[in-house]
Amino acid sequence: MTKRATREAFGETLVELAAEGNDVVAVEADLSKSTTTATFAKAYPDRFFNVGIAEANMIGTAAGLAVAGKTAFTGSFAVFGTGRAYDQIRNTVCYAELDVKLAPTHSGITVGPDGGTHQMIEDLALMRVLPGMRVLVPADYNAAKAALRLAAKTPGPFYVRLGRAALPQVHPDGFELELGRAYVLREGSDVTLAACGVMVAEALAAADILAEQGISAEVIDVASVKPLDEATLVASATKTGAVVTCEEHSILAGMGSAVAELLSEKAPTRMKRIGVRDVFGTSGDPAELMVYFGLSANDIVKAASELLGR
Amino acid sequence: MTDANVSRVSTIEAKAQRMRADIVEMIGKAGSGHPGGSLSAADIVATLYFGVMKHDPANPKMADRDRFVLSKGHAAPVLYSALAEAGYFGREHLATLRQLGSILQGHPDSKKTPGVEVSTGSLGQGLSIANGIALGLRSDGNTTSRVYCLLGDGELQEGQVWEAAMFASHQKLDHVIAIVDNNNLQIDGTCTEVMDLGDVAEKFRAFGWNVLGADGHDVEQLLAAFATAKTAHGAPTVIVASTIKGKGVSFMEDRADWHGKAPSAEECVTAAGELACTLTEGN
Ligand SMILES: Cc1ncc(C[n+]2csc(CCOP(=O)(O)OP(=O)(O)O)c2C)c(N)n1
Ligand SMILES: [Mg+2]
Repeated sequence: MTKRATREAFGETLVELAAEGNDVVAVEADLSKSTTTATFAKAYPDRFFNVGIAEANMIGTAAGLAVAGKTAFTGSFAVFGTGRAYDQIRNTVCYAELDVKLAPTHSGITVGPDGGTHQMIEDLALMRVLPGMRVLVPADYNAAKAALRLAAKTPGPFYVRLGRAALPQVHPDGFELELGRAYVLREGSDVTLAACGVMVAEALAAADILAEQGISAEVIDVASVKPLDEATLVASATKTGAVVTCEEHSILAGMGSAVAELLSEKAPTRMKRIGVRDVFGTSGDPAELMVYFGLSANDIVKAASELLGR
Repeated sequence: MTDANVSRVSTIEAKAQRMRADIVEMIGKAGSGHPGGSLSAADIVATLYFGVMKHDPANPKMADRDRFVLSKGHAAPVLYSALAEAGYFGREHLATLRQLGSILQGHPDSKKTPGVEVSTGSLGQGLSIANGIALGLRSDGNTTSRVYCLLGDGELQEGQVWEAAMFASHQKLDHVIAIVDNNNLQIDGTCTEVMDLGDVAEKFRAFGWNVLGADGHDVEQLLAAFATAKTAHGAPTVIVASTIKGKGVSFMEDRADWHGKAPSAEECVTAAGELACTLTEGN
């Protein structure tokens, strides 16, 4: 099975959406090759706007296009496409609830050798706290396509977290994502592994290892980080009584925190959070960094075993 | 030129050429990185470190040193090669670029690398930092140190650069000396086609700056421009340096696709050959 990066879905899906008659436009900040919006620029040059290296202007311009009735996607890298334009995202896009769909690429530590300045591990935290912002974290190429389509077809602001790492297929071709729904990929009874993005494949691999050790793990793809699928998560936590969250993000204020907030109110459950432990990233090979930051399948296995006292 | 000047220029030229060889080699070894913008700036950075700036590798925090801010942080290899050449750290570190645990991160990291004044990598922020350093020096009564800041031309598209430009002239920061690596290339193509900057010199002039021009690959011209910049009074100076991205490696020159791509082992050999040739010719 060929592995594909979630970013590869970006330009292609925009082309499809436009071909189907959706009034989509894209605003980019000098990274069209890396984000793949260049594919859309080639097919629809008059619907593509490159503002140069100017992320705040990118978001502001997308906001204006949305006011003018367009469904405006924005590019750049996750670190610049959120952090560098945060006030524009907050006070212009979200406050006015505009149809701006942020889909920056190169999120997380799997960016690799570019190092800590470029490894965005706080984006879920930043986006999740904004009223009206919906946050999707696709686990594979098919989910990325589905997330972009969902964002285009649902009014209001969206954040779709895309990445550079090639990922194994998790969801079937033609997969459709529902807003606010989590996907149980594997049923289990001893521990719940709630993962998103890059970590879904790791969680599935961890479940295999745990099975060999006689531990039955339920794996849930929390593709919609906001809104959360409360029913699915509460049901699974109640069933297994132990939850490990897995995200390629800071352990602070991301998906794991969202799940912890939910469960502590609705179904207090023993938990462990896998994520980057309140430090910046660093240069290295992506696979090496997954181990270095404790995000590998083995780390998930260890956390689950500890949680179960085995 | 006097004989002394001729030898000063050729020393700097030789340093720049060795730095180019290091840049290609270290990015090739790392398997990723930004050769185009590093090679583009090699003569500028060599001139600063080996002909202009007051600094001491044995005492990197010397109070009256000149400061250098690499605002275009993706060109980290050009800075690392200069710092290694100057003796801030051993040359053996160059081969560890971008690897886990290396002191040489993908973008400059002042917490990890001796001689790196401040971490950079997010474009458009360096001039503000340079201004802040300059204000700090002024308030400490340091009237001799200069703050040099190297910017990319694409980088000038960031609004913050112009907020900083306005501020530097308002504050009369005549010890701030900015250099624009004016290679007319960014990632998505030429600056002219992506987001035309218009007349960069005219824009800085309108913001109250002294504006100088130089061929960014002509050490003599660069030395002269820096000498003039040091005489500035009451306003900051920018040197708009005409450069060629990828300069020195024929197949990389003026090519947008060599912005952020590592040369293969074979390409490294070709590039090293070209650079070694010019090095012996120069000597
Ligand atoms: C704020 C920010 N946005 C985007 C990037 C990604 N990026 C790295 S280099 C680059 C192009 C830089 O072009 P230029 O400033 O002309 O540099 P040079 O040609 O000297 O390499 C971009 C867009 C970044 N590092 N920082
Ligand atoms: Mg340039």
